[in-house]
Amino acid sequence: MSKIEFMQGNTACCEGALAAGCSFFGGYPITPSTEIAELMALRLPKAGGTFIQMEDEIAGIGSVIGASWTGARSMTATSGPGFSLMMENIGYAVMTETPCVIVNIQRGGPSTGQPTMSAQGDMMQCRFGSHGDMATIAVVPSTVQEMYELTAKAFNLADRFRVPTFVMSDETIGHMRERVIIPDSVDIVPRKPLLEGELPFQAGEDGVPGFAKFGSGHRVHVTGLTHDERGYPDTTNPETHEKLVLRLYNKVESKRHEIADYDAVNTDAETVFVTYGPCARTVRQVLHDHPDEEIGHLNLRIVWPFPEDTLKLFPNAKTFIVPELNLGQMAREVARHMSGQKVLSMPKIGGLIHTPAELYAAVEAER
Amino acid sequence: MSTRVFEKWYREDRLPHIFCTGCGNGTVMNCSIKAVDAMQWNIDDTVFVSGIGCSSRAPGYISTDSLHTTHGRALAFATGVKMANPDLHVVVFTGDGDLSAIGGNHFIHACRRNIDMTVICMNNMIYGMTGGQGSPCTPVGKISTTTPYGAAEPVFDLAELAVAAGANHVARWTSYHTAELTKAIITGLSTEGLSFIEAMVQCPTAYGRRNKLRQVTDQVEWMRTHAMLLQKVRRMEQEGKPIPEEHFAVGEFVRRHRPAMGVRR
Ligand SMILES: Cc1ncc(C[n+]2csc(CCOP(=O)(O)OP(=O)(O)O)c2C)c(N)n1
Ligand code: SF4
Repeated sequence: MSKIEFMQGNTACCEGALAAGCSFFGGYPITPSTEIAELMALRLPKAGGTFIQMEDEIAGIGSVIGASWTGARSMTATSGPGFSLMMENIGYAVMTETPCVIVNIQRGGPSTGQPTMSAQGDMMQCRFGSHGDMATIAVVPSTVQEMYELTAKAFNLADRFRVPTFVMSDETIGHMRERVIIPDSVDIVPRKPLLEGELPFQAGEDGVPGFAKFGSGHRVHVTGLTHDERGYPDTTNPETHEKLVLRLYNKVESKRHEIADYDAVNTDAETVFVTYGPCARTVRQVLHDHPDEEIGHLNLRIVWPFPEDTLKLFPNAKTFIVPELNLGQMAREVARHMSGQKVLSMPKIGGLIHTPAELYAAVEAER
Repeated sequence: MSTRVFEKWYREDRLPHIFCTGCGNGTVMNCSIKAVDAMQWNIDDTVFVSGIGCSSRAPGYISTDSLHTTHGRALAFATGVKMANPDLHVVVFTGDGDLSAIGGNHFIHACRRNIDMTVICMNNMIYGMTGGQGSPCTPVGKISTTTPYGAAEPVFDLAELAVAAGANHVARWTSYHTAELTKAIITGLSTEGLSFIEAMVQCPTAYGRRNKLRQVTDQVEWMRTHAMLLQKVRRMEQEGKPIPEEHFAVGEFVRRHRPAMGVRR
């Protein structure tokens, strides 16, 4: 029997993680993500897991990667400045194909910016923040219910693709309280184990090698250096590097339409809002107040890898409007995939989300 | 070292290794493997973790599960491994730069937590891998590429730091003192909590070449003649006598039973 609860977004994040079998949390407190660490500290020991408050975020993500190699589903949670600190080790997780979940409850930046206000200024950082070419996965909840579901889903995606997976939420969703339906159980897609005779970094068709958990007798060497299929460093051979980095990139990017998770409303519309996270709520309010089939809405629950095919679900679209809590980070990504249609960026920074009136006025101006 | 131990613990298909001829890191690895073997640990339950540097390449040559991480962060990764599965034995190899510069904070906190692992620092008093820059452990007056007029900053005493921060077992030896070093590592492996073993090593390439210790034997000889038993250092301190220039203490700094984390259940 599922239960109905009234809870905060950050609480739903923990509940989703625990339901998905998260057994290790390593992190460092920062507003507005702190409640996640606090609740994990309360819950994990009782569930047989481990909570550890590390000395900083670099150590937090480091401990999460170490724990992941013992087979644990592991996560950390942070906000802007902490996220920036994690970047080197996030790249390490990409290179070593370490599944882990990184929650970023975004706040206003740059720097310490606005600790208690909302923002979506880190959307490009989770895609391009660490050095080198790489692909990652990012889910973005727009409700507390989605915070629960997408956090759980993030663990499955991380394990399936062996890639760090981000929950790119924000202060609005993290701190709001809403009704949530908690199911009896959530789907759990476990890591594919390394089989006897397979090399630890040799991938089959799907580009994802079997996982050689520490202690299971595979004696695997894990390094962030460019490595061959045995896991041994091979740093000066251009072919080894190209083959490895392309595989790491393609194992995620080639599956982007399969990974995609979205809502498409009023697909015949000429004016279409593209949202992710809290801005979806304002668009829903606009559609509620003006039930007009000429206003379309594409809400992305997964933004990276970017599912550009979802834009084609609106064949009549003349204008795509992208409201977001930054100066137009995803609007640029949407524009990249246009052939003739207009993309109207509606940036907003300062900590508040758009009002329904602001968004409706934008639609009116486009008619 | 007997062939049996060598065959059992080393990845033969990884040879030759990257260490320069005469580098002290190989000696410390051999002592460490001898110690681990003496513990009769199961290879499959043993994990080596390291950061970045010449010394941190050590785990890559050992045939256990191993994690070669980011510069300075080995102890953070190792903490995750040990806390998530206390049944695994965790040994960390690190360099003086890796551990004390970029990784200084992780070092202090790993000692404070007193996590049940053994940390072996190969202190060559310089940054070897990047070509010989100064380290927090480069002695005053010594030449490196970033201290061309002689290092001006006081040196970090890593062993004293580990004692103060809370490690249960701390010892320092050199690549000259192989029997003592091996024994200290065995003690470290069998002590609950964090064990820190500082192994002074020669780096003929980056350190010796610039500091009038060109021959491998020169630097080993320098370590032999400048290593002073800890008891003697303590006695001289008590008597208010100055410690002779460039001398350093070797021996067991502490062995105690403070509460530890991540201990095998
Ligand atoms: C974040 C970061 N900064 C700098 C480096 C470059 N780097 C590689 S090894 C090293 C120093 C190694 O010195 P030490 O730890 O003493 O090890 P050794 O090579 O002497 O054994 C540095 C600075 C790096 N890899 N990562
Ligand atoms: S540079 Fe120094 S520390 Fe590095 S391998 Fe050569 S001798 Fe050893």
